Amino acid sequence: MNREDFEIFKSGLIYLDNAATTMKPNSVINAIVDYYTKYTANAHRGDYDNSLKVDQEYEGAREKVRKFINAKRLEEIIFTKGSTEAFNMIIFGFMSNFLTKNDEVLLTKGEHASNILPWINLSKKIGFTIKYADLTEDYEVTVENIEKEITNKTKVIAIAHITNTIGDVRPVEEIGKLCERKKILFVLDATQSIGHLKIDVEKYNISFMGISAHKMLGPTGVGVLYGKKELLEKIVPMEYGGGMNETFSSNGEYTLKALPARLEAGTRNIAGVIGMGAAIDYLDKIGMDKIHKYEIELKKYLIEKLSTIPNINIYNKNTKSGVLLFNVGKYFSQDVAIYLNQFKICIRAGNHCAKMLQEVICVSNTCRVSLYLYNTKEEIDRLVEALKDQDKILDTVV
Amino acid sequence: MDSKKKRELILDNYQNPSNRGIPEDDSYKRQNSRNESCVDNIDVAVKIDNGILEDIKFDGEACAICTSTASVMSKELKGKNIEEAEIMIDNFERMINEMPYDEDLLGELNIYNEIYKQPSRKKCALLPIKAVKRILESIE
Repeated sequence: MNREDFEIFKSGLIYLDNAATTMKPNSVINAIVDYYTKYTANAHRGDYDNSLKVDQEYEGAREKVRKFINAKRLEEIIFTKGSTEAFNMIIFGFMSNFLTKNDEVLLTKGEHASNILPWINLSKKIGFTIKYADLTEDYEVTVENIEKEITNKTKVIAIAHITNTIGDVRPVEEIGKLCERKKILFVLDATQSIGHLKIDVEKYNISFMGISAHKMLGPTGVGVLYGKKELLEKIVPMEYGGGMNETFSSNGEYTLKALPARLEAGTRNIAGVIGMGAAIDYLDKIGMDKIHKYEIELKKYLIEKLSTIPNINIYNKNTKSGVLLFNVGKYFSQDVAIYLNQFKICIRAGNHCAKMLQEVICVSNTCRVSLYLYNTKEEIDRLVEALKDQDKILDTVV
Repeated sequence: MDSKKKRELILDNYQNPSNRGIPEDDSYKRQNSRNESCVDNIDVAVKIDNGILEDIKFDGEACAICTSTASVMSKELKGKNIEEAEIMIDNFERMINEMPYDEDLLGELNIYNEIYKQPSRKKCALLPIKAVKRILESIE
């Protein structure tokens, strides 16, 4: 749907790697170009028209994010470089002062590197234990498997809403309730879900959350750290500089601004933030429920079509998102991806940055198709047509 | 050599690679090599005796180009002294990166002289040799 809004598809590109990043609609690109061609200025600085316009747009984007995820307060939205920075702020800026040696943090082996490596790093310094909740036969997370790992030492549960590998949608509402009952902090990695599913941080009892704009039709290099206000207040800034201080003097005294400015040091990615706001407008206009429904319909079609050709092993038929993992007979996933490239079909090969998952699935390399609102059944037909000629996969090696 | 013959040799080295499988032997120096896109992941082991690359083995999961390069490379480097090996490695890297190189020094590795036409394959071809290079650097 809405393909005409994306300039890039005029080249005939078949883009099926949306879990990596998404294409940008003209409205997002125009919003960024407008900032650079019509009203470039720094934010929160000047008394002239363009600077005021920048403030309006920048803070306007914050309000769009707030509404989009149903946060209570504007100051709970902190603009970052992306999810990775958000997670590092949560883990090194907050958890480093919150967790102690005897505590436990519960993750799963399906998490992205950015929701595992900072934890491992901090646990080496503090000594808390990282536990990994069991996954089901379909590699999914259940409330039961989460609950059975919880002890009186469990202080944090940190999981993805949708994983970038399996594409499983976790029962976050139930896990949020469980966390509320057990007084555990709930950290949600919404990077893969934010552009695909409606998120409600209040309803899901989210303590902290990280998102990246580029996975939701927005630009790269910008994202959001969400946190409940009382928790964000306790984050120690990782960056000090302009924009976040109120006063400082040569005797070493300084005072910092209130949220959100306190955690947004330096000139931010203003164009990116404005572009992210435009992406939210675009998604809102279509409606998240409609997008999710369409992706599920496309995935069903993809599975049906792939099932008609031999030698396709699908690993996650049942997951409820637009991500499908498969291998083509004996062929190495990267050889398949490079073969498809000649048809302008973009898919991902590899282990998709969730390196621990291979300990569970025992298949370390797969092809991954990840669908989005602008993909079509015709594109799936083209993919399936290309995969019928399996004998030709290795013809492209030279 | 025409492209068809080159393809045949590459595929033969992919499907029936030489020197695959690393022995449990401390006299081999091991090095893992993987590319940025989290796909190819191979280990290379070199046994060096009196400055000679006595044996080279590899193992791991990798695409057709990476696997076959590891196979051809292991055959070509075996028996060379460290200096000869370094010169061969340098020339191979130059060939892949489209810089002037001496084809007389590359033996069967010349079958990869058209890889530059597929830029996404360059990193696959360079991965095994990168591991050998690191091993040689570590002993110097």
